[in-house]
Amino acid sequence: MSIEYLGLSSINGPLIAIEGVQDAFFDEIVEFVVSGNERKLGRIVEIYEDKAVIQVFEGTDNMSLLNTHTRLTGHPMEISLSPDILGRTFNGIGQPIDDMGPITSNLKRDVNGLPLNPVTREYPRNYIRTGISAIDGLTTLIRGQKLPIFSGNGLPHDQLAAQIVKQASLGDDSDEEFAIVFAAMGVKHDVADFFRRTFEESGVADHVAMFLNLANDPVVERLITPKVALTAAEYLAFEQNMHILVILTDMTSFAEAMREVSSSKGEIPSRKGFPGYLYSELATIYERAGIVQGKNGSVTQLPILTMPNDDITHPIPDLTGYITEGQIVLDRGLHSQSIYPPINILPSLSRLMKDGIGEGYTRDDHQDLANQLFSAYAKVGEARNLASVIGEDELSPIDKKYLEFGKEFEERYIGQRLFENRSIETTLNLGWELLGKLPREELDRVNTKILDKYYVPAPVEE
Amino acid sequence: MYNNIGTIYGVNGPVIYLKGNTGFKMSEMVYVGKERLVGEVIALDKDLTTIQVYEETSGLRPGEEVIATGDAVSVTLAPGILNNIFDGIERPLERIAETGGAFITRGVSVDSLDRAKKWPTHLTVSVGDYLHGGTIIAEVPETRAIMHKCMVPPDVEGTVTSVVPDGEYTIDDVLVTIRLNTGETKELTMTQRWPIRVARPTQHRFSASIPLVTGQRIIDTMFPIAKGGTAAIPGGFGTGKTMTQHQIAKWSDADIIIYIGCGERGNEMTQVLEEFGELIDPKSGNPLMDRTTLIANTSNMPVAAREASIYTGLTLAEYYRDMGYDVAIMADSTSRWAEALRELSGRLEEMPAEEGFPAYLASRLSAFYERAGMMHNLNGTDGSVSIIGAVSPQGGDFSEPVTQNTKRFVRCFWGLDKSLAYSRHFPAIHWLTSYSEYLSDLAPWYQEHVSPKFVDYRNRIMALLNSESSLMEIVKLIGSDVLPDDQKLVLEIARVIRLGFLQQNAFHKDDTCVSMEKQFLMMDTILYLYEQSRALVAMGHPMSVLRAENIFDKVIAIKYDVPNDRPEMFAQYHQDIDAFYQRVLEKNA
Repeated sequence: MSIEYLGLSSINGPLIAIEGVQDAFFDEIVEFVVSGNERKLGRIVEIYEDKAVIQVFEGTDNMSLLNTHTRLTGHPMEISLSPDILGRTFNGIGQPIDDMGPITSNLKRDVNGLPLNPVTREYPRNYIRTGISAIDGLTTLIRGQKLPIFSGNGLPHDQLAAQIVKQASLGDDSDEEFAIVFAAMGVKHDVADFFRRTFEESGVADHVAMFLNLANDPVVERLITPKVALTAAEYLAFEQNMHILVILTDMTSFAEAMREVSSSKGEIPSRKGFPGYLYSELATIYERAGIVQGKNGSVTQLPILTMPNDDITHPIPDLTGYITEGQIVLDRGLHSQSIYPPINILPSLSRLMKDGIGEGYTRDDHQDLANQLFSAYAKVGEARNLASVIGEDELSPIDKKYLEFGKEFEERYIGQRLFENRSIETTLNLGWELLGKLPREELDRVNTKILDKYYVPAPVEE
Repeated sequence: MYNNIGTIYGVNGPVIYLKGNTGFKMSEMVYVGKERLVGEVIALDKDLTTIQVYEETSGLRPGEEVIATGDAVSVTLAPGILNNIFDGIERPLERIAETGGAFITRGVSVDSLDRAKKWPTHLTVSVGDYLHGGTIIAEVPETRAIMHKCMVPPDVEGTVTSVVPDGEYTIDDVLVTIRLNTGETKELTMTQRWPIRVARPTQHRFSASIPLVTGQRIIDTMFPIAKGGTAAIPGGFGTGKTMTQHQIAKWSDADIIIYIGCGERGNEMTQVLEEFGELIDPKSGNPLMDRTTLIANTSNMPVAAREASIYTGLTLAEYYRDMGYDVAIMADSTSRWAEALRELSGRLEEMPAEEGFPAYLASRLSAFYERAGMMHNLNGTDGSVSIIGAVSPQGGDFSEPVTQNTKRFVRCFWGLDKSLAYSRHFPAIHWLTSYSEYLSDLAPWYQEHVSPKFVDYRNRIMALLNSESSLMEIVKLIGSDVLPDDQKLVLEIARVIRLGFLQQNAFHKDDTCVSMEKQFLMMDTILYLYEQSRALVAMGHPMSVLRAENIFDKVIAIKYDVPNDRPEMFAQYHQDIDAFYQRVLEKNA
């Protein structure tokens, strides 16, 4: 089975072509030996009769048309899996890089995964308390959800993700097993280090599997990293019955790697040079979150993506938003006012929230309160616009109240300290306290009964 | 048996190539490779046959066989379609789960419909009858809500030579034998097959005259859609497209709902399955799933099947229309379908037009929406197919090609607005960007069935909203305090309309679906309040005095305070408004 082919017919960026191969199949993994000592892996991305186009994960450096031996492996991209992957560090294609030896297991899985049948999915309903008011109160994270953080360069998305990991994993006394799969795609070394340190400090390091493709690692490897990580996550969740939180950072690098490879394949570009299948590719990653009926585990995804130029309509955040179940959007304006986490709640959303909160989950007033806070904060924006034209003094008394509400809301409700872990009660009560600054007539999103129960007008200051 | 065989020459994602002239036909269904993956012929050339594969192609190798089936990609039409969930090429997902487990494996071969189940059947023809295409030969209670009418396939006619007695039959049992005009005999079962890309024939089309009542005020009153009509719901992510589609699927007065989840989220389909199984249809008292079929091709399922899923749903809808039912299709989302076209077009290296979409995008969209309509069927019944397509414009920008081309072919446009969604005003259909061309077609129906004043009221509400928007331009510059009182009143009434009428709470038991009668009475009350307040303002009473009364908020709360079945409560509101009028007069006399 292991015929070796000597030589290549062409090399173009990360892609090589080879002729005369027998019995190769689409998506097969091939091994190269370059100059007799360097080993590389590649994947067949196009095949015509005996001519195969192969994408080389480690990059094509050092390869020449003559010095390369190619061997077909006879299987698609696979990784070895066992519960021992927790506490380990791997490179972007799932090979251990922590000097602790290979993963010994007979269990191998195709990293491409298979689509989860909608009828065997279980609709996610259990909320995860993150201890962050803006998330718990307004964009509640649900177990089995995919909720990306839309950020920009220089915004504290890593701190936010780390805080979620710390507080979501340790706040709960339940005996269910919790683990983290961390996949880095093209991130800087210090980002990877930051996460590693955070995991160690919060004592979860032995519950983390890290898959690292750093900024100077080969671009093509990045394309497979999230798939490898999610294959590991699915294994831990659905076969080892663990609750897995997957952090994927940075999805923008992943999409850009796809564009780079696509253009070297000579494909027809669609938006901003990205290939037409960007949506499908992103979907095969994001859709691998969820809960399967009859299994105890779950896969929750927290992808991080940096919006190029803070533009939410850029194809990457745009397509992501159409696939994921909401988004948490970070805002530069809030960040520059030193508000942490700088979550802009208006474009932020959690689609699964409505079924995971309320009586029996959090508290009966949660949904109404959240709607009212959203609506009131939207009015704050209108009042601010007006104030910027006619000046704050000319505003009507009610608009002034909104300005005051907006300021407190940003400072006290959205803003919190890096290690502050708020209970859901605290978050909800704080919401009512802030709404107390507004007259009762303004609260048009709340059911009268709930208003009677929770609304307390703020004492008038003299 | 017709069986052309070719061998694979090349593989590129979901597209494969065969060398040579294989004798395959365009749009023919083929089985690819050892695993017999389903595919369709999309281009033929003297030396090259191009096939799109509806399943993941990883593992295919050159040299494997491709077998032609002789038929175009078709769906099986028989009882068992309702209360079921299929993938994009009519494979039942529950069966796939039974055989393959939680994940969808490749090359699963399962029957579209249950072939073993025996249905209680009542035959409606007798020996000697002359049957045309479309004639109903038997009736089967498919679910508690829907009587399935088995029909003669459209292209068959002849005289009945034998009929089985009423009883229990499977979908493959012969029910009726007929002698064709050519002298041959043909056996008819409950089952028909029909190619998904061909519209089922009808006698003729009616113009729109009856609204599809959805129970959603902004739709029914402001921008109605007719039975047999087409509507588009464009909106960026998070603006509530799916929610709007769910609401219409739940509460509209169509007989049958075909819900196509085209390239959308898996959890959403699970939610529809769960929710519709529990919710009770207010008209029939049966679970909503009894009148619903789901086509689920989630975003991570193969892209070619996503392209087909729209047509599969449409063909199922036309089949039920032929029985005389009003069918509504929810297509969520047509943009994903257009993107599937783009993706495949890119693989075929076709010349791209706007934003990488193929040049035939517009003609495909028009062909799709034109299959909607209120029809006179071959068998003399009347039925309709209404299409409500969600559009997910890139970056929420309505000027992109899919939205623009869709706009050309639909007559109803419900534009969702980001700023409304951000302030959690739902449904976030914006009254200034939306329109409905059906308004004048449906006016006679409203006059006859709701009230002669209905259209006039609707137009007055619209006019108030329009003047609000032009007044807001001024307010944005100088604040609202400087406006004269009559204009302040317009703003106040527009607020009442926005909060009390346009905003609708899908999670409130009374507000989630509102009868036409209540919609009319709400408008009536709001406009009466406006008339009375305007009289007061004209007499020189300032707005601040009017606002001090809580009547405006009381009218806003009508949507929660008056249940659908208590229209008599509106009389009280008229009295309250009169009392308010008197109070203001007396206080300031």
